[in-house]
Amino acid sequence: MRKIEPFLALLLAAAMIAAAVMAPWLRFVLTIALAKGIAVLGILLLLRAGQVSFGHALYIAFGAYVVAFLAPQVNDAVLLLAIAAAGAGMLGLVIGLFVTRYRQIFFGMLNLAMAMVFYSLLEKLYAITKGSDGIRVEAMPIAGQRLDLATFEWTIFGIALGLAFVLGLLLRLYLASPMGEALAGIKTRETRLEFMGVPARGVLLAAYVMSAVLGGIGGAIIAMTSRHVTPLLAYWTSSGELVFIAILGGAGGVLGPFLGAAAYELVRVYAAASFADAWQMILGAVLLLVILFAPGGLWGMAARAIGGGRGR
Amino acid sequence: MTATLSRREALVAGFGGVLLPATLSAQPAQKPAELKIGVTTFLSGPASVFGVPSRKACEMLVDQINAAGGIAGVPVRATFVDEAPGTDHLVGEMRRLVQSEGVNVLLQSISSGSCLACTPLSRELNKVMLLWDCGTQRIFEENRYEYAFRTQGYGTPEVLAPLLYLLKHKPDFRTVAVINQDYAWGRDSWELWKAGMDALKPGVRVVAEMFPRFGSTDFSTEITRLLALRPDVILSTSWGGELVTLIRQATERRLFERSTFVLPVAEASLPTLGRTMPEGHIIGTRGDHWNNHPAPANPELFRSFVNAYRQRNNEYPIYPCHHMAQAMWALKAGVEKAVAAKNGGWPSDAELAHAFRGLTFPTPTSTITLREDGQGLEDQIVGLSTFNADFGFSVPKDMMLYKGETVSAPVGQKSTDWLKTLKPDFVASAGRSI
Repeated sequence: MRKIEPFLALLLAAAMIAAAVMAPWLRFVLTIALAKGIAVLGILLLLRAGQVSFGHALYIAFGAYVVAFLAPQVNDAVLLLAIAAAGAGMLGLVIGLFVTRYRQIFFGMLNLAMAMVFYSLLEKLYAITKGSDGIRVEAMPIAGQRLDLATFEWTIFGIALGLAFVLGLLLRLYLASPMGEALAGIKTRETRLEFMGVPARGVLLAAYVMSAVLGGIGGAIIAMTSRHVTPLLAYWTSSGELVFIAILGGAGGVLGPFLGAAAYELVRVYAAASFADAWQMILGAVLLLVILFAPGGLWGMAARAIGGGRGR
Repeated sequence: MTATLSRREALVAGFGGVLLPATLSAQPAQKPAELKIGVTTFLSGPASVFGVPSRKACEMLVDQINAAGGIAGVPVRATFVDEAPGTDHLVGEMRRLVQSEGVNVLLQSISSGSCLACTPLSRELNKVMLLWDCGTQRIFEENRYEYAFRTQGYGTPEVLAPLLYLLKHKPDFRTVAVINQDYAWGRDSWELWKAGMDALKPGVRVVAEMFPRFGSTDFSTEITRLLALRPDVILSTSWGGELVTLIRQATERRLFERSTFVLPVAEASLPTLGRTMPEGHIIGTRGDHWNNHPAPANPELFRSFVNAYRQRNNEYPIYPCHHMAQAMWALKAGVEKAVAAKNGGWPSDAELAHAFRGLTFPTPTSTITLREDGQGLEDQIVGLSTFNADFGFSVPKDMMLYKGETVSAPVGQKSTDWLKTLKPDFVASAGRSI
């Protein structure tokens, strides 16, 4: 299974590009899906340690607002992406130092609390953030190149796809490294890790900071794609969405988040298009079906279909 | 025997339908088989108290228009999109409506956040966008759009008219308190009110500025504070279920007996409140479409709209229904004007947008002009609440009408700057009683 994973990734990428070429409006949806997929990679990392964060929308919103605030001054997408990633990493380090002391439900809830504090700040600091109306982000030059709108959107799509590829690959390497394997140790028996001389908190903190960086990158791409940021990005429903995508996609491999995100966005778009009144119910039904019949998520299903056993 | 599709065929058909754009012909001037409109409104969440009735009104009007032969001979079809999932979803949906469904005109959004995020899309998509309900003044004051028009009033007249009414009706108040929802509209409307009040009646003391969290269900703390502070006037631009809750809790504790309330968005909550709404407080409806309008311009049309809506849905139309209707009437007038300008030919998107600029279209109560910057000028009627047994809920009495052009900031001026230039004698000249 591990061997064909890159080919599957290429196949998925090709399918996305084909869809984006054939239906221009899908390009937008798929760029958002890729951005969320990147953020969910971070959730996946924490899931390896058995920890579920209900507050990772904080980093998405942080990345998005970094872009919104700095775009007039910095005015370059590549630079902004880097700043958003670094900023989210820094924030992740500060918050991580504190939340990684906790496990399970406490970990999840503390993250949720942090995200909601950020959400409230975005709403309350009305003079700075323009509250729930949000801030408009104008299309900006990319690496010094001033592009027209269609090219800009294509380039952001390309950047998202490229980043998804590179980050997925890096994460795969990380998960196979001792630091990555130690995450599974936290899930099974943390004390054993400590006996072996591996600091569990350090391992989790490293993973947490990385997940924050991934969230920041995802958020920056979302801001550049939808070109309008609102506090809703940090609301708990957005955090829930990320966990939803992680479950839908399956935590078995790094392709899972992208499968999940693409499926989630497409189901939502088509459900909303066909049943404007009942799209929430359809989304819920899909998740229930996945939980009941495919606990490994879409990735688990794909792995079984290909016959590579139970994935990893 | 039923024809069965193999799974592969079904998949192919599904994918084909999904991926191929619905309209392959890119000729803009061809008369379409139907005029497709994409409507964004809240179908879930707290704001669905506005969204669902507006959708019903839209469906009713589409049926009526089609029964009468459509707009310029073309039947109308409406597609609805839920605004509730947030801007990144909505921006995507807008693109889908235009690029996949082949929508000709977009009618968008209740939430100001949605409008601010989506209106710039009108530039990219080059489709006419009618802003049918959102109230933020930022749209046309901070930007210029070729394809976007607002077919109703906006925050500035909707706050200024109740303020003018208050200054006329109860000129000697000294203290004021505000209790608004903590989000953009709550903050913006207070800023507008404050700017206007400081110019028209300098020296009023603001004793409390309270912004309870959006979606609050308990206002006991705020009410206790207001009871202690005894402000002469309490402003609240809250709406929907929250306003109902606030009024119920405040009535129980007799706050309404001590202070005069000014409720610019009260109308939509009055049917729910029934007899609970106290007498003699200032109520507004974001426009002039009160169900008991004493002198509508076209009484026949007004009655037929209200009655048709009541017959279909067994409830009175509330202001979002009227706003939706205004957008539909504007659409009809705009398309017909554009078709007439081409001597019966079908207009391109640019020609259609051109027809909307400066368009004056009739509503049952008055007329609305879409002025040069795209903003509509809608009259405002404000009055004092009084229970009416015919309706079964409160309606205004002692009504004052404020012309849209009198209470809106002039083109090119920011609302807050304009409000600061108002002089106290404006109060006497601004409105007339009806």
